[in-house]
Amino acid sequence: MNLVVIRRKAANAVVAGLAAMAAAIMLACLAWIFHALLARGIDGLDVAFFSRLPQPSETPGGGIADALAGTALLTGMAAAIGVPVGLLAGIHLAEYGRDCAVARSVRFVSDVLNGTPSIVVGVFLYGLLVRPTGRFSGIAGAAALGVIMLPIVTRTTEEMLAMVPGPLREAAFALGAPAWTVTFRVSLRAAFPGIMTGVLLAFARVTGETAALLLTTFDGSRTAIRPTGPTASLAVTTFTHAMSPHHDRQQLAWTAALVLTAAVLLLSIVGRMLRAKVRWPSWR
Amino acid sequence: MALTDSDRAKIRVENLSFYYGKNRVLKDNNIDIAENRVTAIIGPSGSGKSTHIRVYNRMFELYAGQRATGRVLLDGADVLDRRRIDGMELRSRVGMVFGKPTPFPMSVRDNVAFGLRLQGIRGAELEGRIMRALQDAALWDELKDHLEVLATSLPAGQQQRLCIARALAVEPDVLLLDDPASQLDPSATAQIEDLIRHMRGRLTVVMVTHNLQQAARVSDYTAFFYLGEVVEHAPTNVLFTRPAERRTEDYITGKFG
Repeated sequence: MNLVVIRRKAANAVVAGLAAMAAAIMLACLAWIFHALLARGIDGLDVAFFSRLPQPSETPGGGIADALAGTALLTGMAAAIGVPVGLLAGIHLAEYGRDCAVARSVRFVSDVLNGTPSIVVGVFLYGLLVRPTGRFSGIAGAAALGVIMLPIVTRTTEEMLAMVPGPLREAAFALGAPAWTVTFRVSLRAAFPGIMTGVLLAFARVTGETAALLLTTFDGSRTAIRPTGPTASLAVTTFTHAMSPHHDRQQLAWTAALVLTAAVLLLSIVGRMLRAKVRWPSWR
Repeated sequence: MALTDSDRAKIRVENLSFYYGKNRVLKDNNIDIAENRVTAIIGPSGSGKSTHIRVYNRMFELYAGQRATGRVLLDGADVLDRRRIDGMELRSRVGMVFGKPTPFPMSVRDNVAFGLRLQGIRGAELEGRIMRALQDAALWDELKDHLEVLATSLPAGQQQRLCIARALAVEPDVLLLDDPASQLDPSATAQIEDLIRHMRGRLTVVMVTHNLQQAARVSDYTAFFYLGEVVEHAPTNVLFTRPAERRTEDYITGKFG
């Protein structure tokens, strides 16, 4: 082998090695987090944890049923706000707006919103819904989460629709279809698995959201689950219990963190699996 | 240009020019397309073949910055006159099938029904028309027990015949084929060519192809396009045996393109 070939091989080995190392560090972080959560959280994991309400301090056997129900309620209501608006905005960007000034601004605003710290969204909804009504509420929290979901759903919808092959859309137009039929009956259907992935990832993103909820739902532990008052959530419960000096509270926080992480991981995995289904059999 | 005495012009193209932005890609095209005959359009890549037929159904108007001038008379009415002729209505009379098969991500039945439902056809008539369209595309025997199968899971040759069935289902006057066999293997190509031969006499077909043998095999007339111009248009046997133009002869004998 001459020198040039050896040098090329060496350069290749260095780059491949660095890439493998970076990947290993990332995987190690995830494994570490999981290991810590499992080691400390698994003890508190029993049926009561899911089914019972939190007990007063130093009373054994409390659970986080309120936080589970609260998180389900908050993310569900957030999706009811964020998904339809994001979906329609994404459709506008991909199918109608494309390059007009409005679409360009929507795209820009959407990216800015995506990068906005969630505490800012929390402050915004605090000013918009909490201050005027004089109370923390699930509605305010859901609205904050909805705002956080919005840009994720918008941009994935746009990107997935943009991946639909041009000839497929033209074929629908060629049959005399109006634009909305092409969008809703052909493009959206072709892009559906990818869009679902975006929705699930947005779900995963807001399931673990804490900062935006601190200023909107507050810590609603031990309150009834209703959207008009303070509402518990997995993330905020984890936060407040972790700050507690009591050991049993800290235990609850670890277990809640474990459940939260497992839920987010599950959502992400399902999302990825759906994404893998986006295949264009013969018209790639 | 020259149609034989027995044939009538279904489409009469007069001084058609086409622009992508400021770039003029078709230059004063004049051509008569014979009714119920198969017309093949040949020419090297970039000669404007596809662009030309995309004017017939105004497919180009989906894109900003594309513009056509001149007249394209379909049964005497100018399809470029937007006030008189609605694009959607035009496209249900002038069907189009593309080079790559474009089955919609739905069942075989829903694919064929797509254009029919747009016209409000339902119930027994819908079922009858689906069956007839699949028969016309020589797919009925193969797929009659698989109408609920996802169309995108079919082999490419069946996908393309399904696209032809879908286009035929709405009973267009004219069918535009944009190199319909370009992505298919020889046996699937032969099936497509059989279909085109069967359409002769019932439907006006305009087919872009980069395959000269295919043009010779299936068409009644052939037009040779070069650099956005219609160089020559003649009955297929005349164009391939006694071309009038030097450029046509050079192209069909493989001297360029």
